[in-house]
Amino acid sequence: MPPHLIDGEPHDHAHDRPKRQRTPGEPLRIGIGGPVGSGKTALVAALCRQLREELSLAVLTNDIYTTEDADFLRRNAVLPDERITAVQTGGCPHTAIRDDITANLDAIDDLIAANPPLDLILVESGGDNLTATFSSGLIDVQIFVIDVAGGDKVPRKGGPGVTFSDLLVINKTDLAPLVGADLDVMDRDATKVRAGRPTAFVSLTEDPAATPVLAWVREQLAAAAAADRAGAETSVAH
Amino acid sequence: MNASVNARAILYALADSRLPIGGHVHSGGVEEAVASGLVRDLPTVEAYLCRRVATSGLVAASLAAAVCAGELTEARADAEADARTPAPEARAASRAQGRGLLRLARQIWPHRDWSTLTPRPHLSTAFGAVGAAADVPPAEIAGIVVYTTLTGAATAAQRLLALDPADIAACTVRLAELCDRTAAEAATGPAALSDPLQDVLAQRHVLRDMPLFAS
Repeated sequence: MPPHLIDGEPHDHAHDRPKRQRTPGEPLRIGIGGPVGSGKTALVAALCRQLREELSLAVLTNDIYTTEDADFLRRNAVLPDERITAVQTGGCPHTAIRDDITANLDAIDDLIAANPPLDLILVESGGDNLTATFSSGLIDVQIFVIDVAGGDKVPRKGGPGVTFSDLLVINKTDLAPLVGADLDVMDRDATKVRAGRPTAFVSLTEDPAATPVLAWVREQLAAAAAADRAGAETSVAH
Repeated sequence: MNASVNARAILYALADSRLPIGGHVHSGGVEEAVASGLVRDLPTVEAYLCRRVATSGLVAASLAAAVCAGELTEARADAEADARTPAPEARAASRAQGRGLLRLARQIWPHRDWSTLTPRPHLSTAFGAVGAAADVPPAEIAGIVVYTTLTGAATAAQRLLALDPADIAACTVRLAELCDRTAAEAATGPAALSDPLQDVLAQRHVLRDMPLFAS
């Protein structure tokens, strides 16, 4: 992408973050991180319900305490059991998605082997803090989920999730009037640090399909498919 | 030190708890030992660590050293480890960590033939093969396996009991001589030993609700 303007400021993508080199045909891996209680698991459930009829997907959870989130997803029957796996993180969910991703990589290999072919794997982090972020060795793109009830100052506090996630989701907008959160302030603060990366405001209670997030996920899937096709054409040309 | 070590930093990297092989999700039986009341405070942590080094540490280090020296094939070493680890969950924990080390090794030394290992080798087998790939002398691999057997469990104890990290570091230093002695013994050949406590803890761990660690 050539240099362009955002808010009147010159902007290019020379400072883009490192990305995983996806092998064509591999399932797209989307990381979903964010603080405790922000609605990560509810978002995963919503995406599964919307996407499970049209593509083959699986979910990997990283709970602080064992299989709480995976159990929620199973109880709600958003996917068959064999498409949901939980990894234990030794009390450090952050370590398991950033510093030593081995347990997650092994679990992904097992999901791929057990459910061929897979188009999409959602990797949900354990509830953590604002410094949590996924290693680019583990996922292709990541969503960071915060909620308005955590206070409208959260985007201003920043951190790698708020700043560098490929999609920032601000959840529970229906609660904004109840907790005195100003959505415009959150939008403005997020825009300031995100250098053009998108932000989506959702209320999963009012919009159970998570429409803007779903649209973004479909874009990512389409981009991955296009990259696969381009790769295939290049290899034929050679 | 044997002259075949091409860089001391390789030894340090292999002994570093930050080595990304998935070790941080395993407590070496400590979580169950804490849940069972066996390990409660610094003295009981130290007693547990001494035992773990002298049993599991010795056995794993001896098998790793033998693989590294070419005295045991990887397949034979896996069978020897199974024979010394009757509990299925203890075997699974060892093989899960071996799989993690093998994953890393394939990435670091892509040109070496790793097909002599199963996809889930015991951790001791994987360490032996990595030692051979990295030109680390068997005695040094034994030392690394003993040391990481100690530190993995020690770190888990520190987290689970919210101990002063300095106390755990001091405990590690106190046990340094035991580690060296154990590694030296391990380098003399496969230890004929198993530890029922480690087996029982591994089995009980998977039955308990809400574990933080995989083992």
